[in-house]
Amino acid sequence: MPINTNLKKVMVIGSGPIVIGQAAEFDYAGVQAVRALREENIEVVLVNSNPATIMTDTDVADKVYIEPLVSDFIEKIIAKERPQGLLATLGGQTGLNLAIELHDKGILEKYNVKLLGTSIDTIKKAEDRESFKKLMLEIGEPIPSSTIVSSIKEGIMFANEANYPLVVRPAFTLGGTGGGFAHNEEELKEILYQGLNLSPIHQVLLEKSVAGWKEIEYEVIRDANDTCITVCNMENFDPVGIHTGDSIVVAPSQTISDKEYHMLRSASLRIIRALKIEGGCNVQLALNPKTSEYVVIEVNPRVSRSSALASKAAGYPIAKVTTKIAIGFNLHEIKNQVTGKTVAAFEPVLDYVVVKIPKWAFDKFPYADRNLTTQMKATGEVMAIDRTFESALLKALICLEGQKQGLRKKSFDKMSADELIYKMKHPDDKRIYAIASAIRKKISIDKIHEVTKIDKWFLGKIKNIIDTEKRLVVEKFSSELLYDAEAMGFTDDEICMLSNQSAEIVDTVRRAHNMYPVYKMVDTCAGEFESSTPYYYSTYEKEDENIISKKEKVIVIGSGPVRIGQGIEFDYSCVHAIKAIKENGLESIIINNNPETVSTDFDISDKLYFEPLYLEDVYNVVRKEMPKGVIVQFGGQTALNLAPKLLKKGVQILGTSVESINVAEDRKRFEMLLSELQIKQPKGVAVTNLKEALEAANNIGYPVLLRPSYVTGGRAMKVVYNDKELSAYIEEAVSISPEYPVSVDEYIEGREFEIDAVCDGSDILIPGIMEHIERTGIHSGDSFCVYPSLSLSKDTINKVIEYSKKISKALQVKGLMNIQFISKKDDVYVIEVNPRASRTVPILSKVTGIPMIKIALNLLLGESLKEQGIKLGLHENKNIVAVKAPVFSFQKLKGVDAAICAEMKSTGEVLGIDTIYEKALIKAFMAANVPFNENKSVYVSIKDMDKNEGLECINKFIKAGFKIVASEKTGEHLTSNGIKCRIIPKYDNEALCKSIIEGDVGFIINTPNKGGNKETAGFKIRTAAVRYNIPLFTCLDTANAYIKAFNYYKKNKELDIKTVNEYSNSTLKS
Amino acid sequence: MSENKYNASILFKDGTVISAKSNIKKTIIGELVFNTSMTGYQEILTDPSYYGQIVIMTYPLIGNYGICDDFIESNNVRVLGYIIKEALSDKSELSNYLIKNNVFCISDIDTRMLTKKVRICGSINCLITTDEINSKHREMLDYYTFPKDTVSKVSRKIKEHIKGNGKKIAVIDLGVKKSIIKQLINLGLDITIFPYNIKASVVKEFDYVLFSNGPGDPMDNGEVIKCARELMGKIPLFGICLGHQILALAGGAATYKLKFGHRGGNHPVINTVTNKVIVTSQNHGYAVHADTFAPYSKITYINLNDNTVEGFENKKLMLKAVQFHPEAGPGPNDANSIFKDWFKI
Repeated sequence: MPINTNLKKVMVIGSGPIVIGQAAEFDYAGVQAVRALREENIEVVLVNSNPATIMTDTDVADKVYIEPLVSDFIEKIIAKERPQGLLATLGGQTGLNLAIELHDKGILEKYNVKLLGTSIDTIKKAEDRESFKKLMLEIGEPIPSSTIVSSIKEGIMFANEANYPLVVRPAFTLGGTGGGFAHNEEELKEILYQGLNLSPIHQVLLEKSVAGWKEIEYEVIRDANDTCITVCNMENFDPVGIHTGDSIVVAPSQTISDKEYHMLRSASLRIIRALKIEGGCNVQLALNPKTSEYVVIEVNPRVSRSSALASKAAGYPIAKVTTKIAIGFNLHEIKNQVTGKTVAAFEPVLDYVVVKIPKWAFDKFPYADRNLTTQMKATGEVMAIDRTFESALLKALICLEGQKQGLRKKSFDKMSADELIYKMKHPDDKRIYAIASAIRKKISIDKIHEVTKIDKWFLGKIKNIIDTEKRLVVEKFSSELLYDAEAMGFTDDEICMLSNQSAEIVDTVRRAHNMYPVYKMVDTCAGEFESSTPYYYSTYEKEDENIISKKEKVIVIGSGPVRIGQGIEFDYSCVHAIKAIKENGLESIIINNNPETVSTDFDISDKLYFEPLYLEDVYNVVRKEMPKGVIVQFGGQTALNLAPKLLKKGVQILGTSVESINVAEDRKRFEMLLSELQIKQPKGVAVTNLKEALEAANNIGYPVLLRPSYVTGGRAMKVVYNDKELSAYIEEAVSISPEYPVSVDEYIEGREFEIDAVCDGSDILIPGIMEHIERTGIHSGDSFCVYPSLSLSKDTINKVIEYSKKISKALQVKGLMNIQFISKKDDVYVIEVNPRASRTVPILSKVTGIPMIKIALNLLLGESLKEQGIKLGLHENKNIVAVKAPVFSFQKLKGVDAAICAEMKSTGEVLGIDTIYEKALIKAFMAANVPFNENKSVYVSIKDMDKNEGLECINKFIKAGFKIVASEKTGEHLTSNGIKCRIIPKYDNEALCKSIIEGDVGFIINTPNKGGNKETAGFKIRTAAVRYNIPLFTCLDTANAYIKAFNYYKKNKELDIKTVNEYSNSTLKS
Repeated sequence: MSENKYNASILFKDGTVISAKSNIKKTIIGELVFNTSMTGYQEILTDPSYYGQIVIMTYPLIGNYGICDDFIESNNVRVLGYIIKEALSDKSELSNYLIKNNVFCISDIDTRMLTKKVRICGSINCLITTDEINSKHREMLDYYTFPKDTVSKVSRKIKEHIKGNGKKIAVIDLGVKKSIIKQLINLGLDITIFPYNIKASVVKEFDYVLFSNGPGDPMDNGEVIKCARELMGKIPLFGICLGHQILALAGGAATYKLKFGHRGGNHPVINTVTNKVIVTSQNHGYAVHADTFAPYSKITYINLNDNTVEGFENKKLMLKAVQFHPEAGPGPNDANSIFKDWFKI
């Protein structure tokens, strides 16, 4: 029993939408926390605005609120639910900041809510730079010479004393937002400007840089009885200077001695003790490789991204243990789940090495600033486990790219030694490839170390990989060579390529020598105790520990790293699939490589394989397990892309056939299908070169929508208006070839909407229709979106149902399907069919109360919709309105245009739920951090094409009491139409910035001409909005929706809160 | 690239032979144990308590950070054989160090499999050779027993004095680690280190006597136990690891061999008074029976993994001892403060 028996009800705060620096790891942490509380019979009230999470599932917590993470709303929930405790240290920085706000406003005290775990005082001490520094000095822990500044002037004064380079770290921001390195006064001024503005308390830490030192992290846990342990330590492959979220990270540390290891461990324990943290905590330290001198860089008094990684790397559930501590347990009173025999008061030992590599969005944003600094840019990460570093590294690289080559990148082959040295000195996301190429070019390890400061041990390991590459090229192909290469982590494809052997030969040698990986268990104790964790990784060694049961099994392929276009929603689907498989009495197996997710928690599935989602790795598992079938439709495009390859190897794919998937994805065949079914679609052709593209565009008529084939998240999709734009796009943005054609489609301006359906080949269930608030041309992932549809006529809806039925039948879809439509007047067009789980499945499942994944899974296992007793066709709405709003991370992605377009850019989403559209809209805006401030001015700059429509929109703002500030051209247009406005001359960005800083301009409406060009005035305007963190609307539809919400809010400030169940009150059989 | 040139075979009593590679040509026979520390390989290699043992490192990557004089626990490499998963690169400092010290290093083997064998069978004897396995090898293994005179092999022959301003402490060297001496020096004690076989009368004028760690079965040390028994109740006696077992035996308790021992840097022990858990460095194959302690003895620490005794004190007999290694080397420093508590200054 928990010592604190007064706790009957506890509120858990989630971390809100996925943004760079705060991703799926908090869903993982939150879910663990809720389960840990419910195990002790504590009622859990959960609040989160992010609908794509597992934690907001109605059966995870007792009461689930999908409401904005804003203190007013939380207060209402507290008033209604009256929890005795609040757990906020598992909701990332968002949760922590909210806890402080609730405390400071006296809300916790008013309702007698105890903050569980780490106290407010401790949180403030760790987060406030000045008090943290004071504490470190008190306990004698070294920190880099530093100062706290709240103005640029103070900053320059410090710089004059301490000298450059300096690091700038704003207080209370996510993933180091607004921070960076300053090598001179000019850079310092710029970074300070941004940092001071982004910090909610307008404080920045300026410190002497320790760039180049080793960066080591410890995950530490302390209980109320002052017992402290470290779960895991981790070493950054990239020395200090690159944010740990952007670094390749290895667990455990590799290059530091036992003395250094324990010196830093002891320091971490002293710090957590001095701070009196109760629960998990992350300590980052820098170690001078020459002198063993160290400094403390940072402490996070909460569960973090690193703790999720450490949990998966070491097999130790930090979030769960943190929760148990928060409700009164001591570490030695908590069981070690993995061994079942020992307790949580111990330190895991690893007998393998773990490599994490960040996943960046730069392939989607080729123009973004790719340089890696102290400000995190990665959207997600992958993790690989093996018994050698070489293999763990190569595996992780394969996880990342999903392609056959580990360390070989063509673009680096031709670079000169000087170019490579430059690349290594100025790190970006591709530095690892530059290092590999440098080794191939015979640049010495010493030289590479001198340039990068990366420890020579790591570089030596990379050299081993390159040496094996060479062996594959020059040596005679043999079974020994094949074994060495496989054990080192090379893929079959790469081995074939390098050794110039056919896949058949490699496969024959493999079979003849029974050369397959074995599976080892992650057991927290290096084999010292008997364990039964079903958590495995592959390696080339003697003993296979993998116990294959006789039960019937189904394998679910996960979705890999979180990236733009393929986020946490797919993990949601996978986890639900696993649950449904279990409920059907079968053994559930998941293969995935993302350490942040719920699906890779080792007690979610019956068996977890931490492996690349690469053909041979997946196939090796299938070979071993011999499952009833493999499911690819829940793991996004990553999993779907594996389907044809697995089928070719004779693997049974459950659900929609690979043939049908191909029809849906192949431009020509899909077109033929739709015309056979007499369904309208935008005119379009697939082209394989520029000439064809120009011809096609002129035949169809501009504007046209261009998109490359086989992509996720509409990468590089674009609407172009003339030959010139089209040529530029084809030449710069995409690779075009007969193998990778580009589609040229008619662009129809109309309403866009989508359905998600569950089909069994003859019947169809459509839980609902979601309509986009923005017009066509905006990527569905970036548009506001409302359920149920508001503007569609009865006739249109009937057509949607009819078309969906026809398509599902024709494709014999089994399982989930998403269809995107356009309506213009009475016409309904189909633009896309995805025969898989989509981003909107979690939302629709939650607001309609229809467990879509479970129904789909039952159906894959043979039970038709009718047999399941499911009401067919389109379900009626039950008095609930839900608005999804996209959330962006532009502050982290310098150089990316903040205008929304056909290419997806958002990293996350929030949901506003209510019974009235306007109320749901208000909640969605609030949850997306768009404030409802009166007495602000709106800055408008509208493209010529939109000027008249813009006028209407601006008038609405004026009516609502806003003052207008305008760009030169828009201003002239407004004045000539009798609208008063203040004009800021073109390119006078400073004047605009000044108005923003002074608090005059509160948000910006800017519709871009074409976007993407950093030199245009429009781009600079949008960048200003991002930099100063004020709302930006780049589509008039969003601005209109906002003003609608604003007007309603002015009259009705009181918004209700209800649980998801209270809103949806499902009656469907589940 | 990694280089271990010679083919080597590991032979077990049950007839199992596992093939591997080795750095030099050699034949050894000894007790197979595993250590789960992820760092500290040089400390382990030089720890006298490993005398006669063949150590498997469960962590697969060894030698990463080179070697350093500062890391040694005694002046010689003490392990008989060293088994690691991945062969050392021939350029690595550790590789040269092992060859220079003629240490038999075995690699290219599934160390996790081997570790599990030890876990399941207990610390077993094995023979490792670069020759072809023959009947003579089998015979050797059949008749092998762990030597009973290991302490005499690792203890010093002559006493050593390290001057300090504090109280006088006698250290009985049963295979003492340098880290223990360093801790005593840090406290400013006036230290005299004696060979294992001194008479009690030699140290009776000291303020404290510390029985150190060391190899082998504690019951093989009759002389030392006798010495401790003579001093008991007269001056404060302290023990670490083997020293802990010696003091327990002197006080009348019994010891037994653990199935596969405790070797690693992650062992949680709970303080029976404060309920606080510390993570400790351990290296022992024997333990003291909890229910055989003399009256008035109090168990001070218990291992949370298997509930074995990790420390005791007896105020009447003036005994204080711990089974784990508060000096670390390698391992965590959580228990360092024990030295301060013991030798209050």
